[in-house]
Amino acid sequence: MIGLGHYLAVGAILFVLGVFGIFINRKNVIVILMAIELILLSVNINLVAFSAFLGDMVGQVFAMFVLTVAAGEAAIGLAILVIYFRGRGTIAVDDINQMKG
Amino acid sequence: MIQAFAFYLFAAIVIASGVMTIGARNPVHSVLWLILAFFNAAGLFLILGAEFIAMLLVIVYVGAVAVLFLFVVMMLDIDFAELRSGIARYWPFASILALILLAEIVFAVMAWNAGTVVAAKASPAAQGVPNIELLGRALYGRYLYIFEAAGLVLLVAMIGAIVLTHRRRSDLRPQNVSHQVRRRPEDAVVNMNPGVGQGVEL
Repeated sequence: MIGLGHYLAVGAILFVLGVFGIFINRKNVIVILMAIELILLSVNINLVAFSAFLGDMVGQVFAMFVLTVAAGEAAIGLAILVIYFRGRGTIAVDDINQMKG
Repeated sequence: MIQAFAFYLFAAIVIASGVMTIGARNPVHSVLWLILAFFNAAGLFLILGAEFIAMLLVIVYVGAVAVLFLFVVMMLDIDFAELRSGIARYWPFASILALILLAEIVFAVMAWNAGTVVAAKASPAAQGVPNIELLGRALYGRYLYIFEAAGLVLLVAMIGAIVLTHRRRSDLRPQNVSHQVRRRPEDAVVNMNPGVGQGVEL
């Protein structure tokens, strides 16, 4: 029978995959954004799994808010990507030091 | 039985398409794998009984976010081969980091199994009530202000994206509406009564 642990395992694997994707695609900011989406998806899987197995709706409410933030983050991230490409002609982000931060 | 089969099917496809998302050579393929991952995650949510979140995942992620990614990937003219040159250098460090993270998560789950924390349920799921009704009661009752704040987050994201990508071009002379509205008849029209043989000076 499928228990909570199975869902948590799927969430953990997806989370680690997302972090791994960020590190191996350090230059390609589009794939980094997609890896962040994977991480947020894994968080959502965890929230909904806990919500279902504990019989509490709060997990699903928070999964909805995570979804909202993920949508906003994708929009803003892609907008920044577009203006960065317009200015530099590339999206290689491993050596951004324009702001000398 | 059918539930276990469906779980393993969806979970395997989610993980496989996650691997392909971060590993595909072409970012367009990455986006398509990401869409497949979202569809199968929606399947997992359906098994869990969270129908509304599953439909939201399909509508918001597949319908909006993934298409946005696809537009951006296809509109920008990017040399993807050059961007992949670092992978050979990065992957040993990345795999060490991923293994450490995985070990930490496993330890955390084991610690969570050892002593369960039983908290009072904030919004218990009543039996026999549809998922969407329960979610609606929670959203429009106890979490109404947070729900409004989520709407504000989306508004700020929308305005921010428009402001960031809006380009003011100097070579165009667009219509200036406020200038037109502000213009009064006395600025534009002069009544003259010139004598015979005299011109009008403007």
